[in-house]
Amino acid sequence: MWLTRPLQERSTQIFLGVLFAAVLVVTSLHLFMPQDSALHVSAFTVTLLGKYLCYALLAVAVDLVWGYLGILSLGHGAFFALGGYAMGMYLMRQIGDRGVYGDPILPDFMVFLNWQELPWFWHGFDMAWFAFLMVLLAPGLLALVFGFLAFRSRVTGVYLSIITQALTFALMLAFFRNEMGFGGNNGLTDFKDILGFNLRTDATRLGLFIATGIALAIGYVICRGIVTSKLGRVSVACRDAEARTRFLGYRVERVQLFVFVVSAMLAGVAGALYVPQVGIINPSEFSPLFSIEIVVWVALGGRATLYGAVIGAILVNYAKTVFTGIMPDAWLFALGGLFVLVTVFLPKGIAGLLQKRRKAKTDDDTPTGQEATA
Amino acid sequence: MSIFQELTNRDQVFDFLAPVQSPVDVRHGPILYLEDVNVSFDGFKAINNLNLTIDDGELRCIIGPNGAGKTTMMDIITGKTRPDTGSVWFGSRHNLLTMNEPDIASLGIGRKFQKPTVFEALTVFENLELAMAADKRVFPTLTAVMKAEYRDRIDEVLEMIGLKDLRDRLAGILSHGQKQWLEIGMLLMQKPRLLLVDEPVAGMTEQEMERTAELLTSLAGKQSVVVVEHDMGFVRSIARKVTVLHQGSVLAEGTMDQVSNDPEVIKVYLGEEA
Repeated sequence: MWLTRPLQERSTQIFLGVLFAAVLVVTSLHLFMPQDSALHVSAFTVTLLGKYLCYALLAVAVDLVWGYLGILSLGHGAFFALGGYAMGMYLMRQIGDRGVYGDPILPDFMVFLNWQELPWFWHGFDMAWFAFLMVLLAPGLLALVFGFLAFRSRVTGVYLSIITQALTFALMLAFFRNEMGFGGNNGLTDFKDILGFNLRTDATRLGLFIATGIALAIGYVICRGIVTSKLGRVSVACRDAEARTRFLGYRVERVQLFVFVVSAMLAGVAGALYVPQVGIINPSEFSPLFSIEIVVWVALGGRATLYGAVIGAILVNYAKTVFTGIMPDAWLFALGGLFVLVTVFLPKGIAGLLQKRRKAKTDDDTPTGQEATA
Repeated sequence: MSIFQELTNRDQVFDFLAPVQSPVDVRHGPILYLEDVNVSFDGFKAINNLNLTIDDGELRCIIGPNGAGKTTMMDIITGKTRPDTGSVWFGSRHNLLTMNEPDIASLGIGRKFQKPTVFEALTVFENLELAMAADKRVFPTLTAVMKAEYRDRIDEVLEMIGLKDLRDRLAGILSHGQKQWLEIGMLLMQKPRLLLVDEPVAGMTEQEMERTAELLTSLAGKQSVVVVEHDMGFVRSIARKVTVLHQGSVLAEGTMDQVSNDPEVIKVYLGEEA
């Protein structure tokens, strides 16, 4: 089975082990350390780490299409945001009559806009199963339609990157409009609870953090499963020699479409887990700048490794948290500088550095190994 | 009841409804048939009333000066370029002009490019694995499992192309000649009925050329092979029948001796004074 194959693989076992250990350590430090201890992890930090894990899942999704399929998507923020909006709509409907205006059905912003009834696309989002299905379907459908048109016309390379950028920009402008029915500029916020659990309690926050860790693990295994399957090798073939792959009898556009849709769905899940943790979703998630930032995480971590994307996403966002705390204005310069330095000195990113060290180590080991056998 | 079933099974009643994978019909002799094909790029006639027939199991060499339309002809056969007029048939059942590249490839036409194109980030073994005749749709590819018989088939081809020792090395590190062989090996994995080979010995040493000639001649009979080549010595060593292309149409056809004594051909190759 393609999904279980990665579980027998050393690198995936290590990744899952580290992830599991990290989630376990954070959880126990949060639960069992006294509040005043230096080792105590506050609920705030737990949520912050949960946010990083969402970004990590998003980065894995981008690495799948960029690293293995050669499609540089500068619009993955759109799929992330769509997943986020689907979750946000569910959370809005959960507020019920506890909103500022106390309307049992209509969310606050609709009352404010003097709307009389719920727009048709808001129906069904009061049911968790429907909303969670939409978290997958909304980004998946957009990716399916967009990818079908783009790949069928054999749009690749820079042109595709520009179109994905335009896609997310267009969606941002659309979602900014109040008439769209997604809360306009302010987006969706003031969430109360998820699946009956109060979002303001520490226990719910911890639960969301653990859920994100599990989602990242599953997403990683799915991507790894695709990458290590024959389809993964066909993807690499499409990336490096598209025409050759076509003459071997593979339908390149369908391979691209499949991987692109899977990636968009994973991005949607990341967005859906992100929203309850940060407590808001607004059109700024669609901004082209955010999508470019994701690509920078992946480039820093190392393309076509998957775990590199995770490392990149967590490190850059940690640096962002620290930097924007100390000198908010310097952050973009620091990010730009970091990107330049890594491209010049570490073209394969941090993962490339790790691979090099491991290789150097095995090279040192081999002579002694040969002596032993001789 | 069974009669009713037979009648409702429409792709047996109307054979054009049957899936395209149906066997190539070569009962009438030719496996490839091009008639009155014309292609022009921005007014330049790359192919001009080309008529060409390749018989089943034949080894045919196609020669011609630069710009004679050899590569364009291959592009037309494999579905990369659509001709302006004319018809192209594979066997007597499949109209190649209605199909796209993957369909044509899975029908059994394999192509080696002029510039060796292998997947450099994959190993030699993996290159052959991807080329292997198999269900190449997305989901069967995702769930594909490497079976022992596939492994044997790949090893057999590795032996044939002499890359057995480099089985698990990346294709990117191969020499130019080795890449050419790997690409020929990839064609063999496809189990094609017709191989289109564009300049197989470009950049090869004498020895490598000899081995390539052996390989190609051993294939003829089982498969039809069309070789486009510039190297006259190589063509002479393998060809039974040679077609000379000039300005997009057939100038001469026959054995190497007939062709090389043809005054028209000499004129084209050596210029007016000859």
